[in-house]
Amino acid sequence: MATILVVGEQANGHLKKATLSALAAAQQIAQKTGGQIAGVVVGAGAGQSAQELAAYGIPVHVVEGAAFEHALAETHSAAAAEVAKKAGAGEVVIAATAYGKDIGPRIAAKLGAGLASDVLAIAGANQFQRAMWAGNAIATVEVTTPVKVVTVRATEFAAPQKAQVAGTVTPAQVAAPQPKTKFVEFNEVKSARPELTEARVVVSGGRGTKGDFKPIEQLADVLNAAVGASRAVVDAGWQPNDLQVGQTGKVVAPQLYVAAGISGAIQHLAGMKGSKTIVAINKDAEAPIFQVADYGLVADLFKALPEMAEAVKKLQ
Amino acid sequence: MKILVTIKRVEDYESKIKVKPDNSWIVTEGVNYRANPFDEIAVEEALRLRDSNMPSEVVVVSVGPAAAAAEIRSGLAMGADRGILVKHEAFVDSDGVARVLKAIIDAEKPDLVLMGKQAVDVDDNVAGQLLAEYLGWGQATFASKKESLESPEEKAKKPGIKLGGNGTAQVAREVDGGLEVLEVQLPAIVTVDLRLNVPRYASLPNIMKAKKKPIAEMTPQQLGVDVAPKVKVVKVEPPPQRTAGVKVPDVQTLVQKLHSEAKVI
Repeated sequence: MATILVVGEQANGHLKKATLSALAAAQQIAQKTGGQIAGVVVGAGAGQSAQELAAYGIPVHVVEGAAFEHALAETHSAAAAEVAKKAGAGEVVIAATAYGKDIGPRIAAKLGAGLASDVLAIAGANQFQRAMWAGNAIATVEVTTPVKVVTVRATEFAAPQKAQVAGTVTPAQVAAPQPKTKFVEFNEVKSARPELTEARVVVSGGRGTKGDFKPIEQLADVLNAAVGASRAVVDAGWQPNDLQVGQTGKVVAPQLYVAAGISGAIQHLAGMKGSKTIVAINKDAEAPIFQVADYGLVADLFKALPEMAEAVKKLQ
Repeated sequence: MKILVTIKRVEDYESKIKVKPDNSWIVTEGVNYRANPFDEIAVEEALRLRDSNMPSEVVVVSVGPAAAAAEIRSGLAMGADRGILVKHEAFVDSDGVARVLKAIIDAEKPDLVLMGKQAVDVDDNVAGQLLAEYLGWGQATFASKKESLESPEEKAKKPGIKLGGNGTAQVAREVDGGLEVLEVQLPAIVTVDLRLNVPRYASLPNIMKAKKKPIAEMTPQQLGVDVAPKVKVVKVEPPPQRTAGVKVPDVQTLVQKLHSEAKVI
């Protein structure tokens, strides 16, 4: 039985949570193929984060050293692909984070593997479900190559339970490639709010805010939510581009999505209709957003949102 | 320098996407097509780099149906110099696109390749990275910039990708939790994200001029590339439909329902 290799993601000795979603997907693949799961973690501090992954009962390979310090696609994909080859991997599974999207295809190219990207569900040993047209269609794709690379959408796979007996952690010796890219710097965006695509709750504002996002931000603070915006808001220059939820912006699927003053253009709906619970607050009772909302409130957001923030505070 | 930019013909994101009754694909009749929005950002960046580093040339390439000539033409109308259309009517997966592009690049030898980070039809976000590996080049995915889209630099249409004097370029990448700056040795693949720039609209004179710009046409077969997909689309289904829920009379009821019914707060 072929090995299913989970490529972990880590920073400074801490395993990223998304890795556990990749592990959960690997477990589902194992049920279809009977394969054995192993892990690999690459980068500065990988030895430590490998222990975190091994706690789930799988053997984990570690690639460390100066050549792999920064998460460069060239070096990290080379390390993961070499470990995959040595382990005789039939599948390589990575979370579809910025890191996974960056290195996954290069691993696939090195292994001659077909790649199923941003997978939502495991449909069979070589079949995977994924969203296309920003979630307006769900495709089942078949990877026809003997070796397969799968990147998975982390929000769709719940982290598994830790095992009673941890797996082994072993250093892997891999050749250090000469990359054609060099790390220069990392500018962390310091925000008190969670990242838009990872947040449990998202509060978004649309044209109805008339550019005043204070009520949106106040409610977001109470709910520990990320702030989002419709395209109209971004086009008007009221909020920066990176807050845009929609097909050409960020696709989000939080537990709770609050759309305030958003009419619900197709473009926007495509980016948020995978949310578990949707609340729409809009003055216009005919707004299309109400057709996808679990709870609709016809109201002025400038009155409703502060009231909502107060009511939520009382619950806490 | 020579800059190669890819443009894909995709369904307009303002069009309603419906799945075919036989689940083979989406309904394409009555759907509007346009250039992939991320690719337009790539074209814009290429034009800014060209205009600040003359003499330079911008070549736009599309892999797709014969109709994709229209999207190449839109890139030419933005200001690109010439086009290449690799015609293939059937579905080509990201791996096939990457191998076709490799054949083009082997012949064209550009100094920089700019691509949208993903096409908004299949939403794969894969072709650029595959291409970089096939070429043995460095890559900078999700290119963005430190300056905001309201900044004076953006207003002055300065490129976000900074060319170094020594055959390198600095690219700020949008990654989880911030911006990472990489220095790539050219030639390199750069895939672009939303915040890199605001693409220009084609002016009427430029649309007229674009009609006279050359588009070379060829097929994957002529390039010696087999585009049989490694990843086949077996079935396309509509997403789980959301039904309109309930209207609540006031905020108190809303919060109560979110707490005790939906259990999300």
